[in-house]
Amino acid sequence: MSNPSNLKYTESHEWVRVEADGTVTVGITDHAQELLGDMVFVETPAVGRKLKAKEECAVVESVKAAADVYAPVAGEVTAVNGDLDGAPEAINEDAYAAWMFKMKPDNMSDVDALMEADAYQLHVDSESH
Amino acid sequence: MTLKTTPLNAAHRAMGAKMVDFGGWDMPVNYGSQIEEHHQVRNDCGMFDVCHMRVVDAKGEGVRAFLRYLLANNADKITVPGKALYSAMLRPNGGVIDDLIIYFMTESWFRIVVNAGTADKDIAWMKEQAAVHAPNLTITSRDDLAMVAIQGPNARAKVWEVLPQTQAVTEGLVNFQAADCGEYFVARTGYTGEDGFEVMLPKEKVEAFWYALNKVGVKPIGLGARDTLRLEAGMNLYGQDMDETVGPLESGLAWTVDLKSERDFIGKAALLAKPPTQKLIGLVLLDRGVLRGHQKVVTPQGDGEITSGSFSPTLEKSIALARVPNGVQIGDTVQVAIRDKMLAAQVVKYPFARNGKSCL
Repeated sequence: MSNPSNLKYTESHEWVRVEADGTVTVGITDHAQELLGDMVFVETPAVGRKLKAKEECAVVESVKAAADVYAPVAGEVTAVNGDLDGAPEAINEDAYAAWMFKMKPDNMSDVDALMEADAYQLHVDSESH
Repeated sequence: MTLKTTPLNAAHRAMGAKMVDFGGWDMPVNYGSQIEEHHQVRNDCGMFDVCHMRVVDAKGEGVRAFLRYLLANNADKITVPGKALYSAMLRPNGGVIDDLIIYFMTESWFRIVVNAGTADKDIAWMKEQAAVHAPNLTITSRDDLAMVAIQGPNARAKVWEVLPQTQAVTEGLVNFQAADCGEYFVARTGYTGEDGFEVMLPKEKVEAFWYALNKVGVKPIGLGARDTLRLEAGMNLYGQDMDETVGPLESGLAWTVDLKSERDFIGKAALLAKPPTQKLIGLVLLDRGVLRGHQKVVTPQGDGEITSGSFSPTLEKSIALARVPNGVQIGDTVQVAIRDKMLAAQVVKYPFARNGKSCL
């Protein structure tokens, strides 16, 4: 699956979508779900929690391994995707539809500084060699 | 370091495997969904590349007497040709060198199958002991042989489709028995808790055998599903559930250790001198999360540790094997430290699942 060009990306394999209301939606990339394999457990952050950039704030576990999910930017958690509790495999089915949480960034400019899709693809390629 | 490869390496890549470094071997972890591969074996059948495991032939007069002394389980238990026995091989201090399967073929030939990561030290140990106790024996590493495990309720029928010439001889095999069919050595053994065969054959024939099995509908299964299948079946993994720092009695292997008979074996004195204070138990996580190796287990009798943990596709819950103080009992609820939380898990009698269904 190619990485949608309307999203921003982090080095730690989160995707970020800017919403019209000034929040951002966060999930893990297709590359990340591919590496982890079948998802069996997702732990999302508490709504209202204030996050620092790159802070561990969520966990995804596949049959194989557990992985931390990091806050892409500083901000406050405004919503979480409760559907993942009962259906963590949704991340395997479509990583860009199965969002994990939404947050209100402290500075929207922090989001602008994240990677574009093509830069992220280069980052993935460099990691796998 | 260059990874070692099996003769099926190209086949795995052609079949879309995700390859990983498994103890220095370039092996397939999965070919797609690991959970689907798991169910495939429980409900139908699948095949595993186990060429990295080592076949060793011990030959010569007195081989039974030698194995009776070398191994913690009693080689005298197998008297019907082809019958297999699972055993631990111990250091004099009682630590587990490896777990292995021996097949009694004739009074001058036993076949031994050992783990990949321990093969070299196992063979060195066997030769060292043979030099002292049975110098006329030959211990040969069969590097010319490959091995494929075909497991699941339909596994045997699929093998017969591909190797019809072996059917007459292997049809009558009971569980844990093998037949030498010339080029093909067919054993009704495995590491999944399902029926099936492990087939040893010349290396140069294994790729054709693999593709022939695939052609009749046998799907390749990676190491990922192999681990969840064996864990559900309550089978130990060397290096995780036991190693040289622990004995068989604290590793759930008491059923394989014969301490009652007069027979002496390497490690016996140490086991008798130091009764275990810990034991291996099964855990089912009651809260949401996934149990993993090395997580701390907190009980009223003291702390323990998970040795193997994962998600059970059959039970759709997280399960584990854990080493805990002896006083912990089946039915107890214990706490497991997972990241910053303490989660509740129940102590259960394992295996967790075999033959397609839950055992709990």
